Amino acid sequence: MKLTLQSDTLTWLDDRVGIETLKQLAQKKEVPLHRHTIWYYFGGMTLFLFAVQMITGVLLLFYYKPGAETAFESVQYIMADVRFGWLIRSIHSWSANLMIFTMFVHMFSVFLLKAYRAPRELTWVSGSLLFFIILGFGFSGYLLPWNKLAYFATKVGTEIAGVVPIIGQLVLRFLRGGDEVTGATLTRFYGLHVSVLPAITLLLLVAHILFVQRQGMSVPKKFESKKLPTMKFVPNFLLRDVLGWLLVFAALISLATIFPWELGEKADPFAPAPAGIKPEWFFLFMFQTLKLLPAKIGFMDGEVLGALAFGIGGMFWMLVPFLDRKAVNGKNHRLFTILGVIILLYIITMTVWGYLA
Amino acid sequence: MKEVVRLSADIHEAAGLSDNPKEIVPSSKQRRRFIDSLLLTSFSATFASIFYPIIKFLIPPQVVEASQASVVAGKLSELKANTGKIFKFGTKPGIIVKKASGEVCAFSATCTHLNCTVQYREDSQEIWCACHNGRYDLNGKNIAGPPPRPLEQFEVKVRGDEIFVSKG
Repeated sequence: MKLTLQSDTLTWLDDRVGIETLKQLAQKKEVPLHRHTIWYYFGGMTLFLFAVQMITGVLLLFYYKPGAETAFESVQYIMADVRFGWLIRSIHSWSANLMIFTMFVHMFSVFLLKAYRAPRELTWVSGSLLFFIILGFGFSGYLLPWNKLAYFATKVGTEIAGVVPIIGQLVLRFLRGGDEVTGATLTRFYGLHVSVLPAITLLLLVAHILFVQRQGMSVPKKFESKKLPTMKFVPNFLLRDVLGWLLVFAALISLATIFPWELGEKADPFAPAPAGIKPEWFFLFMFQTLKLLPAKIGFMDGEVLGALAFGIGGMFWMLVPFLDRKAVNGKNHRLFTILGVIILLYIITMTVWGYLA
Repeated sequence: MKEVVRLSADIHEAAGLSDNPKEIVPSSKQRRRFIDSLLLTSFSATFASIFYPIIKFLIPPQVVEASQASVVAGKLSELKANTGKIFKFGTKPGIIVKKASGEVCAFSATCTHLNCTVQYREDSQEIWCACHNGRYDLNGKNIAGPPPRPLEQFEVKVRGDEIFVSKG
C-alpha cells in the first residue's frame, strides 16, 4: 500500500514536473578526478555560505530598523535582547567574510587553471560580475549597523567613487543619497543590500550554475588529453561537497560563538575618524594602495589615479577570457599565469602590510 | 472584399514574395526601413519615458544649505592650549585649534584626500587624518601623506569668551 502511494505520488509529480528528466540530468553529471580536483569544492562552498547569508539575512530583517536614529539601536537590541540574536548576527558577519574568502579562492583557482578557456568565457564573466556584486554586498552591509568604523568606511568608499572623472560626482550623490553620508545613505544601502543586490545575484547565480551544468567541469589543459577517472556527481561528489560544507559550517559556528562580531560605537558625523581605522580585509589591498600613493602623480591627484587603476583593473579581470588570445584556441598562455600570480601576490602582500601597518 | 485583397497583396509584397523583384522589392525594402525606424523611435520613446522618471527619482534632490555666515565654535576659556575641538559648521564638521602659543585657528575638518574627519594631534602639534595618515600643519597646509590640497581655513574672531568662526 505504502509503496503504491509513493510510486503514485512520483508518477503524479513526474507528469507535472518531469522528475525523470531531472534524474537523468543529475545522473549524467560527472566530476573528473585529478590532482587539482580539490579546487572544484570552492564554488559550492561559496554557494553554501551564500545560502547561510540569505537565511540569516532574512532573520535579521525581522528586527533590524534602518535609519540613522534606529539602526545602531536595533542591532544593539538584536545583540543584547533577542534570543540568539548575537549568534545570528555573528554568523551573518562571519559567513560574509568566509564567503568572500572562498570566493577569492574559487576565482583565483579558476583563473590559474585557465578554466575560463572557450567555451567558458561567459561562465567567467558571470562569475566576475558575481564577484563585484558580492563585494557590493560587503560594502553596503558594512554600513547597516551605523557604527563609527562603518560611517568612515562609507565616507571613504563613496568618495573614491566620487573622484572618478566626469561621472564620479553623480555616482557619489547617487550612492550617498545627497552630498554627505547621512541617514539617506543608510536607507539606500539598505535597499541595495536587501533587495537590489540579492535579485541581481540570484539571476547571475542561476546563469553561472546553468553554464557550469551545460559545459561540465573544466579540466586543466595538461590533463585534457588523458583518460581521467571520474566520479558521479550525484551522490558521490555531492556527499563530499556536503562534508566540506559541514566543516565550513563547524568553523563558522565556532568563530561566531567564540568571537561574536563587535558592534562598536554609534556613528557620529561630528567626531574625528578613530585612530587605527581600517576597512574590512577584502578592501585592505585597495586601502593600502591608496595610502601609499603620493598626493600628486604627474598632473593627477594620487587617489584619482588609484581609483581609475582599480576600475580598469576590474574591467580587465572580467574580460580576461577575451584578452587571453591563446585561451580562445584552448591553449595555455604563460603570460596570463604569471599575471595571475603577480596579482595574487600583490593582493596578499598589500593585505598583510595593511593589516600590520 | 477589395480591401482584403489589397491587404493580402501588401503582405505578400512586404514579405518579399513578389514575382517581380526588380520593381517591387526596393519599395518594400524602403517601406520596411520606414516601419523599422518608426518602431525604433516609438520603442526608444517608450523606454525613455519609463526610465527618465526612474533615473531622476534615483538622483537625490539638492538640499538647500542654510548658508551660515558664522557660528560659535566654543568658549575660549574652555579650550586648553595645545588642543583641538570639532564643531558643527552647518552640516559639516570644522575644527578649532588652540596652539601652544594660545593663538586660535579654525579649518574645515574634512580631509581633502577622501573625506574623513581630521583631528588635532597634541604630540606632534599637527592636524591628522586617521584614515590614510594624512598630515597638515597649523596653517592647514598638507605636509605629509596623501592629501592633495590644504584644509579650507576659516576666519576666527574672539568676542568676550566666545569664539566666532566664519568662512573667509
